[in-house]
Formats: sequence, C-alpha cells, structure tokens
Amino acid sequence: MGTSFGRGAGTTALWDLANADCLIVMGSNMAENHPVAFRFLLEAKQRGATLIHVDPRFTRTSALCDIYAPIRSGTDIAFLGGIIRHVLENDLWFRDFALAYTNIADIIEEGYEDAEEKDGIFSGFNAAQANYETGTWQYKGKKVPSSIAEHHAESRESTRDSGSMSDGPPPKDPTLQHPNCVYQILRRHFARYTPEMVERITGCPKETFMKVAEALARNSGPERTGTFCYAVGWTHHTVGVQIIRACSILQGLLGNIGRPGGGIQALRGHSSIQGSTDIPTLYNMLPTYLPQPDAFKSHDTFQDYLKEETPATGWWHNFPKYMVSLLKAWYGPGARPDNDWGYDFLPKLTGDHSQLPMTLAMADGVVKGQFIFGQNPAVGAVNSELVEHGLAKLDWLVVRDFAMVETADFWQKGRRVQKGETTPAQIGTEVFFLPAAMPGEKDGSFTNTSRLVQWHDKVLEAAGDNRSDLWFVYHLGKRLKQLYAGSTARRDAALLALTWDYPERGERREPDPEAVLREINGYTVADGKQIEKYQELKDDGSTACGGWMYCGVYPKEGHNQARSRIPDGPDGPGSHMNWAFAWPSNRRTLYNRASADPQGRPWSERKKMIWWDEGQGKWTGTDVPDFIPTKRPDMRPDWSKHPKGMDALGGDDPFIMEADGKCQLFVPTGLRDGPLPTHYEPVESPVRNILYGQQHNPTAKLWPRPGNEFNEPEDPRFPYVFTTFRLTELHCGGIPTRVAPHTAELQPEAFVEIPTELARELGIRHLDWTVLSTRRGEIEVKAMVTNRLRPFVIDGRTIYQIGMPWVFGWDGYARGAPANALLSIYGDANTSIHTTKALTCNLRPGRLGPPGRMSHAGA
Amino acid sequence: MKKLRRGIAGRISGFVRDWSLPRQFAGQSVMSEAAKSTLSKTLRPRLEEADAVGTSICPFCAVGCSQLIYAKNGKPIHIEGDPRSPVNQGTLCPKGAATLGALLSPERINTVLYRAPHSDTWERKPLDWAMERIAQLVKKTRDDTFVEKLPSGKRVNHTLGIGSLGGATMDNEENYLIKKLFGGGLGIVNIENQARI
Repeated sequence: MGTSFGRGAGTTALWDLANADCLIVMGSNMAENHPVAFRFLLEAKQRGATLIHVDPRFTRTSALCDIYAPIRSGTDIAFLGGIIRHVLENDLWFRDFALAYTNIADIIEEGYEDAEEKDGIFSGFNAAQANYETGTWQYKGKKVPSSIAEHHAESRESTRDSGSMSDGPPPKDPTLQHPNCVYQILRRHFARYTPEMVERITGCPKETFMKVAEALARNSGPERTGTFCYAVGWTHHTVGVQIIRACSILQGLLGNIGRPGGGIQALRGHSSIQGSTDIPTLYNMLPTYLPQPDAFKSHDTFQDYLKEETPATGWWHNFPKYMVSLLKAWYGPGARPDNDWGYDFLPKLTGDHSQLPMTLAMADGVVKGQFIFGQNPAVGAVNSELVEHGLAKLDWLVVRDFAMVETADFWQKGRRVQKGETTPAQIGTEVFFLPAAMPGEKDGSFTNTSRLVQWHDKVLEAAGDNRSDLWFVYHLGKRLKQLYAGSTARRDAALLALTWDYPERGERREPDPEAVLREINGYTVADGKQIEKYQELKDDGSTACGGWMYCGVYPKEGHNQARSRIPDGPDGPGSHMNWAFAWPSNRRTLYNRASADPQGRPWSERKKMIWWDEGQGKWTGTDVPDFIPTKRPDMRPDWSKHPKGMDALGGDDPFIMEADGKCQLFVPTGLRDGPLPTHYEPVESPVRNILYGQQHNPTAKLWPRPGNEFNEPEDPRFPYVFTTFRLTELHCGGIPTRVAPHTAELQPEAFVEIPTELARELGIRHLDWTVLSTRRGEIEVKAMVTNRLRPFVIDGRTIYQIGMPWVFGWDGYARGAPANALLSIYGDANTSIHTTKALTCNLRPGRLGPPGRMSHAGA
Repeated sequence: MKKLRRGIAGRISGFVRDWSLPRQFAGQSVMSEAAKSTLSKTLRPRLEEADAVGTSICPFCAVGCSQLIYAKNGKPIHIEGDPRSPVNQGTLCPKGAATLGALLSPERINTVLYRAPHSDTWERKPLDWAMERIAQLVKKTRDDTFVEKLPSGKRVNHTLGIGSLGGATMDNEENYLIKKLFGGGLGIVNIENQARI
C-alpha cells in the first residue's frame, strides 16, 4: 500500500467498514481472528452490503458471508488480476475518479517491456543479481522517487530525483490511446487473466469468480463503495506486497479509496504491530518512516543522505525537517550544526538485517547476543529447528515474557534436545529469563490496526520481579551509560550523547512513559514546550521530535490525546474525533481528499466526507482533511517556477505522500519485483505456472543451505499444498493464551485439518495420528477430517490442500507439535516476510519412531 | 448471606413467591422483574468490591478493544469490554475475555531465571544481578564486534554481533526506547519485530 498510495497503513477507521456496500475478506479469516472488528461487516450486511470471503478454507468467516469463493493458496494475484481484467474490459471502472486521481493516463518510458512480452519477467532484469534496474519503468522523461522508506531501503538503486518532477507534469494521454500509457499497459498485462484462466490456476469455479467480480463492480462508483480486508494470508508469500498491489490497483480503478466505506483494511495480528512499524523496532527505518542510513547508498555524509532521500515534489520534500528534529530528540545538545546533527552516530546498514537473515546469522555465529521481547521464534518463526540451532550458538540470550516460552527453554525441552541431536551440556548459551509486566500492570500506548493510538492505564503493580519493557530498556541504558562513562572513543560518543533523562516514579524507579510519548510528539528545544503539529517542525535544530507522524498525540502539557475517551453519540457524525488519536494529525480516513470530486464537491450525498467550502475558503467535513486545509481544488502548480514540495501538487492531487500526488496503479520506483503484480507460483508448488515460463517470483529472497532446503515444483514426494493458520482462542506463538486456563482448555492440542476425500484415500480417520513431512523435518499430529477443505481441480488435476494451526509448542497448558518445524526460510522480494501460507508437504497415517516422537504430543 | 427458610410450608411458600412463570404470565419481563427471587436480591456484582478501575487496551490482536480492569487490594478481580469504545462497544472476543486468566495465570514466573552455559537447570537470580550481568555482556559483545569502517573505508559505526527481536506486543514508548538505545546509542542494526512475519 505504501507504494500505491503513499503510506503503508490501513486506510480507514475500523468502524467505517460498516459504511461499505461490498466487503471482500481475502487473505484473512476475520470472523475468527479479528472477531470484534468483524462485527462492522455484519452491521454493513444488515444495511444491505454484500459480504464475500475468498479463501482456501471454508471457515466461520465464509459461513457468515453471502459469497464464498475457494482458491488454492498462493493464487491471489491470478484471482485479483482476473477482476482487474473484468473491470477494464467491460468498462466498469470509475472513470472520473481514476482519470483524475490515479496515474492511469501517464505515459511510461518507451523501453518498458511487460511480463507479458518476456514470459513473466519485466524489462531491466539482472539475472545474476536477481533484481531489476527500474529505468524503463519511469514516467517518460522523468525519474519518480519512491514514497516510502519502508520499500526503498531494500533497493540498492538511487531514488534521487534530480528535479525532473519539478520541471513539469508527467506526460499523459487523457484519451488513453497511447500504447505506453498505464491504461493500455494494464490491459495488455492482464489480458490473459480471463475467468477461464482464473479457474485453471486458482481452482475457483469461474461462475463463482464472476459473482465476486460483478458484486464488487456493482457496488463501486459515486453512490457506492467497497472495502477489502486482508491479513497475513496476503503478506506471508514471496509475492505478498504484489498481492496487496493488485488490490490497490482494483480499488484505485473503482474509486474505493479515501472515501466512506471505501478502502483497504490491513488486519494486523498484534496489539501494536502498527505502532512497532511506525515507531519501528525494524532494521531499515528510523521512527515514522525515515530511512536508516545505508553504507551502500549515497549516504556518506548528512548532506549526501538528505540529497538522496529528499524528493523534489510532494509532502516528503519536508524530510530534512523531520530528520534534524529526530537527531535533536535523540542526541540533544550533542546534535549540533557542526557535527551534522550527530548523523555519524547512526549505524549504517550493510545488507538485509531482518529476522530471516538474523536467524541465519545466529546459526553462523555472527550474532552472538540476542534480546527477545515478547516474541517466540522457537514456535512462531519458520524452520523452527534452524532457529533452535541458532539460539544454541549464541553466547547469551535475554528473553522477556510473562511465562516460560519455548524460545527461553529450548536448551532443555527443544525439539533438537528431545530428538537426541543435542544435550543441554553441549549448549553453551547463557540464558536470562526476565519476567515482564502485562498491560494493566504498566501504562503506555498501543497503535491499533487503523492507526488509532490508544493509551492504557496502569491499574495494578506487577508482582515480584515483573517489570515493564520500558523499565528494562531504560535501566539497561543507564547502566551502559555508566559502563562507558569517560570513554573518549569515537565509537562510544553516540551512547554518551544519547538523551536519557526520563523522570522516574516510585520505589521501582519506573520511567514515566508519558515523558517518552512527549518526546515522540516533539517539543521546541529552547523552552521544552510541546508542539501541536508537524507543520511546526524545523530543520535548524530548534525543534526536537522523536516521530513526526505522531505529532499531535501530546500537543500540550498535560494533554495526552491518546488517553482521550469521548466517543460520538448516536447522532454522529461517527468519526469519533475525540476517541484517542489517529496518525497523522488525527485523520481517520487517509487520502480523504479523494472523497470529493476534482472540483471539491462530494461524489454523492450518500458518500460525502470532505468537501471544499468556498465561503470559508477551506476543506471541511466529518474528518480532518488529509490535505492542505486551504488549498483550492482548482489550484494548479506554476511549472514555470520549478515548484518544490506541496507547491508541485495541485488541488486535485489527493495522494500527497506521492511525488505526483496520484494513486500509483503502475509503480515506477519502490518495488523490487516489478511495477505490476504478476502471477507466480509459490516457491513450493505442486503445479507449473500456467501463465508464464517464469515459475516463481524471480526476485524472491532465497537462502538455500543444508537444513533449509526447498521442495522442488511438482515434487511427487510432497504432493499436497500446505498452509498454516491461527485459532480464535490462542494468540500467535505468544504464550499468554496457552497459559490462560480458559483459552487453553478451548483449544487443548495441535491438529492438522484434512479434506475428507484425501483422508479416505490415505486411510486416515478423524483423530488418527498422522505424520507431516517436508525437506526441513517431520512432525506428528492428530487428524481433523473435515469438509471445510475441498479438493481443488487445477488445470484438470485434483490437488489437495491441508492446513494446520501453528500456535502450539511444548510449554503452557495447550501443547502440540510446532507447524513451523516444516517450513523453510525464504522471503518476499520487497519485505523479506516469510512464507507460511503456501508450500508443499507429504502426509501419511501413523506416528514417528521414538527418537522423533515428541513428549509434548501426548499419548 | 442469611440462611433461607426451613420446613415444608416455608419451602412451598418460598417456591411460590420465587416462581417466575406466574409473574411472566402477569406481564412482567423475564429480563427484569420476573427474574428476581429472594436469592437474587441478596446478590451483589463483584465490581462493587473493586477499589480501583482503569482503562486498558486488549493485549492480543491489533483491533484495539478497550477494556476496563477492576482491581481490589492491588489484585485484578474483573476485566470486561469498555462500553464507551467505538471499536468494541463493550464486547470482547474469547482471547480478550480471558485476559484476566492470563494476568492471574499460575504459570507466570515472578522471579528472574538464569541458565549458566552448559547447565541443565534454571536457577533463580536477583533482578539487579541479572541487569548488571546483561549490561556487562552487551558491552563485551559490542566492544568485540563493533565496526567503525568497512575495508573499503566506508564508515558504518555498527555492530552485527547483537540482535533484538520483538516489539509488536509492546507499547510505542517501549519500541521507541529500544530503537533509540540499541540503534541510536549502541549501533545495533539487527533490530526486528513481528511486523515483518
């Protein structure tokens, strides 16, 4: 979504889902995994909306929807591409919206060659390095900078725009006849994604597919809107980003973005997964989407870095203000003009330092010490035995959690120890288990899946040595500052300069989380006064701000907006502006300028949200405008002045984070695997790619090595499609629900879900023991034989898919084999996200021999 | 609670008095008046015993349901959905409704556990000892692995020897301090959380 619209976040408030006329849940089992948010879909259904579930498994979500479309795991792009084709070929797209607000009319460089011409590969492919040079993907004569650090940090290419975007608008053909305009490229690219092709690839009957395509198109336009809801069923593939891209193209074409009931809702799995992306504990970003400096980019000096990362046009032109303010917040008086605000203190990247390569770095002895905060990779990470192998190689390991987790006691009870491959005496890792306080026992803020920053109170004191993670990091920092005190080494200067003076409370000397939130919000350096909005930030060192997008969350002394708890009454307007804080600037629906037509009038009375008020000379409505509040709809850039920043965007450019203000149906820069989504088979697949000679994503991140082998396509030893999933009652790999008596009792042990036809073929009865195997390992688990999984007919062949919840391990009350022991480490081309949803395996009745038989698997 | 009546006559009259059906036929609502009995009049909601209440956010998925946590003498006694929240309007899912069970789980460990290299057991250690030991280990590993410049002469100022995983279950303030101390202070680049998995 970052590359398509400008920000990598769900676009609407959760309660806005009730305003949609058509809701497609795809890549998510929302009724079971986000049940409380699913209420808004049922509310929409009561108002007459059509609910659709597209998923390999028939679940409670399917049962509550009007249409259920089964698809084989990993074929989402074929399905969505089919809808894009249907919409384009039958002229069902929202022409006034897409022509004005997307890059559909933009003309792409002449050298551009599509995957359609090159059998699944785009122009610019470098086979030796498995990556693309994106020169031919640009607007003709332009270089378009990417909108978001999250995506371009991974690319080695310069995103610098020498100013071509300021010279004039990108060339367009409003008649859409130019052979290289985005419209024509889209039509050619998806021409073969016919309903018949969709059926051959996905296994979804073409009649069912057509019902979905027609329902979505019927419910889009000036009077109606549709929303997609997705979760990790879309992201956990080597083409995860491109699945979301396909959805973004569709929503851009249909005008379902920035409007009431129109958008894309990313359903995230952890309480603050959005927050930990915004204020990132991620390697490639500094707080709120500023790129981490990279040794292999033009980032040597601060000037180089700013020059490289500051686009000439669009909102990100303000980048230097946010960067200097961050350095001021981190290094205080140590950030001075003469030391480039402490830029050299920041460590530089030298590669992909995300979780999958980090796991391999542990196994290779590169990472020697590891902290784990409320995560459980021994259960939750793919190829869990390789994870155990890595943990055993560490010098030291610190695990913070509520109760004993598999990651902390792997040396005692892990799979490798149980199988007799190793013993505690052979494992040299020094392990610390530090008990952690839970919400209720500490205060702080979570950011929910729709960007809502909500404060939670401390109601009680945690028992014993339980402490908040804030306490742990703060006091560890204090001790380290003491250990390094007096050092004059250049390498230690950053730590010594780091501002670290948060007020302490009570006997436990708990740091005040509100003081941290105030720093994230930002303040003026001279008098320490809170700033109210990020428009006040400066690049001269006079302001400090730990996360510019969160400005406004603590706008005044004593005013913590995240703690505000005033909902709207039944009379509306229902945007609940005084319930907590939504970044940015309390905007509830992103890109909401698009809820009005180019002249600034609502598209329809039924779907109005923001409109231009000529009398007041500003944008007004039920939400905070995601736009310059006083910019007239008829304002046009004065290209004779080479406009910079927002001056280069007109009053009808709603996507202000993009360099041209348009929704990117075609993405010139920012993606590693192509400007358009293309159907590739999963790395492990029982079938060949029917559409192209290229079998799987040519830029997928693969790390083949002993212990991390892949099953070849069509490998007869591993004939079944395998997917993993979650359960309502147990939360991810996290231990809290497996030690909570009620939830553990409701889901007491692991199982594998098998279609009835396959079970009959293999002689497996309900609750029989079975053995699942891949090239990474074998596990034994009980069978659950159901009709919820149906055999697929793929290009004339019957293909079975089986599924297993991955939430079990050997600790807590609810136990069972970890499904992740079967998975391997390889990642999405753009994000390095692992694949858990589509791979292959074998299945047989019976049990493992004694060495492999896990004591946790029961009798 | 006072003892209820004894004897056949008393039991019969008590039964007749508490029998709900005639009152329902008389038009009383089964949801209120007709549901009352001698016993129900003596029952009190346990929330009345709470001496503290606060607004929390459910610690599980990212929907962000508001919860009300009620406590008595510093112990949680009840957790329910906050009816004011436009997100959950008082409801909770099975996980959210079990938050009290997680908070009070007998499996929680309230002391620091330490496993020495090659040992086959956990031992209890004081928190202060563990914090100091961890700080020393961080310093040693950092000092051993810190790289100021690549062989090419490029300045990197980082260590690849220490990693940090986790954060998606934690507060924004906690993530901020991790990134600030580990990245901005110590030069650690291997910082990741569940957002990518």
